[in-house]
Amino acid sequence: MTVPQQNATPAGEPLLSARDVVQEFVVRERGGAKAGVVQAVSSVSFDVMPGETVGIVGETGSGKSTLARAILQSPRPKSGSVVFRGTELTKLRGRQLLQARRNMQFVFQDPFGSLDPKWRVRSIVEEPLIAYHVGNRASRRKRVDELLDIVGLDPARYAKRHPRELSGGQAQRVAIARAVALEPSLLICDEAVSSLDVLIQAQVLNVFERLRKDLGLSYVFIAHDLALVKQVSDRVAVMYLGKLCETGPGESVYRKPLHPYTRGLLDSIPSTEPGAARASATVKGEPPSPINPPSGCRFRTRCPRATDLCADEEPLPRELAPGHLVACHFPLTEAAPAAAANGEAQGTAQNTAAAGTAQPTTSKAVS
Amino acid sequence: MSEALLEVEDLRVGFAAGGLEVRAVDGVSFSVAPGNTLAIIGESGSGKTVSCRAIMGLLPSGANINGSARLRGTELIGLSDSEMRKHRGSDMAMVFQDPARSLNPTIRVGLQIAEAIRTHHTVSKREAQTQAVELLRLVRIPAAERRFHEYPHQLSGGMRQRVMIAMALACRPKLLIADEATTALDVTTQAQIMELLLDLQEELDMALIMISHDLGLAASYADEVIVMYAGKIVEQAPAAQLFGAGGAVRMRYTRALLDAIPHMERPAHAELPIVGGRPPDPTALPPGCSFAPRCHHAQDDCREKVPALAEHAPGHRWACWHPCENGGAA
Repeated sequence: MTVPQQNATPAGEPLLSARDVVQEFVVRERGGAKAGVVQAVSSVSFDVMPGETVGIVGETGSGKSTLARAILQSPRPKSGSVVFRGTELTKLRGRQLLQARRNMQFVFQDPFGSLDPKWRVRSIVEEPLIAYHVGNRASRRKRVDELLDIVGLDPARYAKRHPRELSGGQAQRVAIARAVALEPSLLICDEAVSSLDVLIQAQVLNVFERLRKDLGLSYVFIAHDLALVKQVSDRVAVMYLGKLCETGPGESVYRKPLHPYTRGLLDSIPSTEPGAARASATVKGEPPSPINPPSGCRFRTRCPRATDLCADEEPLPRELAPGHLVACHFPLTEAAPAAAANGEAQGTAQNTAAAGTAQPTTSKAVS
Repeated sequence: MSEALLEVEDLRVGFAAGGLEVRAVDGVSFSVAPGNTLAIIGESGSGKTVSCRAIMGLLPSGANINGSARLRGTELIGLSDSEMRKHRGSDMAMVFQDPARSLNPTIRVGLQIAEAIRTHHTVSKREAQTQAVELLRLVRIPAAERRFHEYPHQLSGGMRQRVMIAMALACRPKLLIADEATTALDVTTQAQIMELLLDLQEELDMALIMISHDLGLAASYADEVIVMYAGKIVEQAPAAQLFGAGGAVRMRYTRALLDAIPHMERPAHAELPIVGGRPPDPTALPPGCSFAPRCHHAQDDCREKVPALAEHAPGHRWACWHPCENGGAA
């Protein structure tokens, strides 16, 4: 899955490496007294290899957008390390950070919110080239035509338009053209196609795929739609309440989910196969507040398999299949849990795997 | 099928825009039986919301509405505002996509529900409040007494949508229209709300019309599915007949929608079959089939003559000159 790159990192080295990234926000009462700390991202680690697409799925409030912004150093994470192409970003400031970020671009959910309504498409796409002093006026003009062509917009028709004269899909493609103008090696897409109608969404997804092949781009693809993430990603990370609960190769995570939360998410997706439909709301209740997240495993308050152990001890990520990590004391696997020391936990892992409805024998359901 | 609860016939809605008439809904007919679920599917601007708002009498006064919509035999089109108000809320109700914008942020949610009750029934304030708590329980809101006193901002998106449903059910309507009611919610919350709606439908013997852009939602929860494009119904069939292994989608647009949905079974990085262009400008519809300019299978007759929506197979209507064979995944 590795694609050679013109400006690549050393072979075998990740393009982006995030380690123990923590982001917290202080909530204040009226008057300024500290009311609590939102633990938006808690000790998240993942790598993106050159040419690879890593998908991050999670529900509203799981911290996936905050994580993306922490990678971008906007705002800077509270602690942890973000190494991009061999450079530690968290230590950089000012101009150095700007230079490092040149190779890392962002595409947001709402294209109209990120395009200046008073500018024409040509100026919007040209702006990053000017900002980083690339070429002269004539070469930039040629480059903008190329870029619009890459995203499937005819420069003769669209370069002079204003954003309001574009459809949602066209505007999103302009945002993509701008993002790839500087030939970045990493594109971070935060719900980049979520607001588009399904036919337009397919058009934009194909643009992403073509850029991946032609330019060797890597992606961090953030979305709440699991099927969508599966379709574009080599590896998938599932995020819940500020933590990654499961990461692994896309096929592996979808065919054999190990975390009960992943299973629940998969069962909640409406399917066009009527047989697979109406999984009766497998994840009950609502996510707890990130201000005082549950002790131990953060999913335990909604988990059908949770026991006292889940409340006392935080499960650490374990590799149960090649490249497939799960942070759960009682993962959905046939093999006995590696942490056999947990004694009574033994029996629970036997049943399950296939049927998501299977109940652990020794654990009691918590609400 | 038993006697229809709602019968819509040849509904047409036009808006005047700069001297031109924009035909938002063009000859839509369907019916819903009591206790049944109908899904109306289409992209933005296909006319699905406008059709339902016309039935509910919720369109601005400039809208030019023709045709007929009968609720239990009573004609709704052409009713005055005050007559309409007697039906709206009590016989039929609607839930919208954005509960945060439909609720008053400065009034406690319980009082908003009580107000909805008192609009339709002459009951004391206290009685209305008791009923409001009961409604909160009906939509499975835990600790209903406490939630009664909370403001909308204190509730999550899913909870707010439950409050909206509670309000819509205040008068036990016979028809509930859910307009993208779960679109803004997370998948797990969406599944919970859909389960709730189906449970309530059974408890209260309600008919449900769900408007959505999501064919998956229609396949999972609806009995009957209508697909709209550029103001017209282009395909209609029972969900079981349209989707799944034995499914037979005939209209090319429905097929394109189905193919464009991200699919778990597809390998990563697979190229999606795409349909270029975008829906036609409603002020300048093409002369033939509205979908012809984007359709890979369009031929000369498609560009000249409008295909009529006709029942080609039992219960299955479609409007296409060259329909897909055998569901035609191609």
